[in-house]
Amino acid sequence: MSRVGIVSWGAYIPRYRIRTEDIAATWGDDPQRIVDMYLVYEKSVEGYDEDAITIAVEAARRALRRGKVDPKRIGAVYSGTESKPYAVKPISSILVDALGLTNNAFAVDMEFACKAASDGIIAIAGLVESGRIEYGLAIGTDTSQGEPGEHLDYSASSGGVAYIVGRDGVAAEFEAVYTFNSDTPDFWRREGSPYPMHGEGFTGEPAYFRHVVGAAKGLMEKYGYKVSDFAYAIFHQPNGRFPMRAAATLGFPADKVKPGIVVTHIGNTYNASALMGLARVLEMAKPGDRILLVTFGSGAGSNAFALKVTDVIEERQRADVPKVGEMLDDKIYIDYATYLKNRKMVKLFE
Amino acid sequence: MEHESVPLYWRNIPAYYRLVARRCKRCGEVYFPPVLKCPRCGSNELEDVELPQEGELVEFTVLRSVPTDFLKQKPVILGLVKLGPAKVLGQIVDAAPEKLKEGQRVEVAFRRVVVDGKYGLVMYGYKFRPRP
Ligand SMILES: [Zn+2]
Repeated sequence: MSRVGIVSWGAYIPRYRIRTEDIAATWGDDPQRIVDMYLVYEKSVEGYDEDAITIAVEAARRALRRGKVDPKRIGAVYSGTESKPYAVKPISSILVDALGLTNNAFAVDMEFACKAASDGIIAIAGLVESGRIEYGLAIGTDTSQGEPGEHLDYSASSGGVAYIVGRDGVAAEFEAVYTFNSDTPDFWRREGSPYPMHGEGFTGEPAYFRHVVGAAKGLMEKYGYKVSDFAYAIFHQPNGRFPMRAAATLGFPADKVKPGIVVTHIGNTYNASALMGLARVLEMAKPGDRILLVTFGSGAGSNAFALKVTDVIEERQRADVPKVGEMLDDKIYIDYATYLKNRKMVKLFE
Repeated sequence: MEHESVPLYWRNIPAYYRLVARRCKRCGEVYFPPVLKCPRCGSNELEDVELPQEGELVEFTVLRSVPTDFLKQKPVILGLVKLGPAKVLGQIVDAAPEKLKEGQRVEVAFRRVVVDGKYGLVMYGYKFRPRP
């Protein structure tokens, strides 16, 4: 029997984009300095009638279409997000009906900042391995918040990605997984607060690098991988600089990291960040390629995965489903006022 | 504008989320929105069928004067879309009216349709967008 792994995937990036220079112009920042600091040139913005739920549905429908998987065979749907449209009311139950799953599919919303969707993948892989379900759907979806004029305004963006995990028709097997978590006060949002806060000085070293590098190193040591074993390395992407630096610390050359970098043109899609990078890499990977994937969530923790691409990848790549590469180019630029409107950051009664 | 009630929205979820139509088992006619009795042959034996996710924009109009639920989305493009055996009326999103053409391919999008104020229910459903 073959290993459990990714059977199919689907990604969705809203078409609207705002340029970093337009945000900088509004707030009196030097655009060149901001671009140099974050390496984010533009970011994706949801339409006025989009939210984390609509984005999840779009990504999941594409995953079902790519793998030609009958929705009735999906035994679980786990959604990872930190931008739930409802404080109380699950995303996952809406997905059950929007995707036409059976009423007996396990349905759960997961929360661990940007890491939750990858925890969904791990949980679903366990359900498949135990034989309890045939296929499961793990979704990362966000319309992430940032206070206007504050640093996150330059990166917090919107997008979603869905992975179907199973044992039949696997395009990328899970070889190994490793996790690294600790109580780190780098980033939080209290109930009722519209925007997150971040702990001064915690974002880089004690949060992102300690956990991302810790999980990747742990995975490689425990399972005996070398850098040369991997064709691609994909990291959580809060900006364009952090993943490159994490890669350099681990000894990965830039050319193994760059294919999975999407933050430069869509910003940080939070739960869809590293997983969007993976979707892009799966669009170009070849059978036999091994991929390192490291997600990160503030608070803080990382999951590191080793994936091995199979022959099935070629059939999945041929499917008539929009590619991440195509969505990066398919865009409508909006100004800062429209951005505030689409994100409901002007006071409205709706 | 008076919103659709929560119970009515709930009953319509299969139609709103997945475009579940009704096909007459006797004469084969497909109805969307779904009907209980076939208006063509009078049969009340109908079955559920899901309409395809892609179709053709038959015609469209641009509304600049819109119901209150859509005031923040002006202009609203309303299109008639041929989805397999049925024609469905719906909002066209992510499109500039001057670039839309009758006969072009569109696909189903899943969007917020009505938001009942700051604390009420968010009602989701189908809209259409140009096929990328
Ligand atoms: Zn009939």
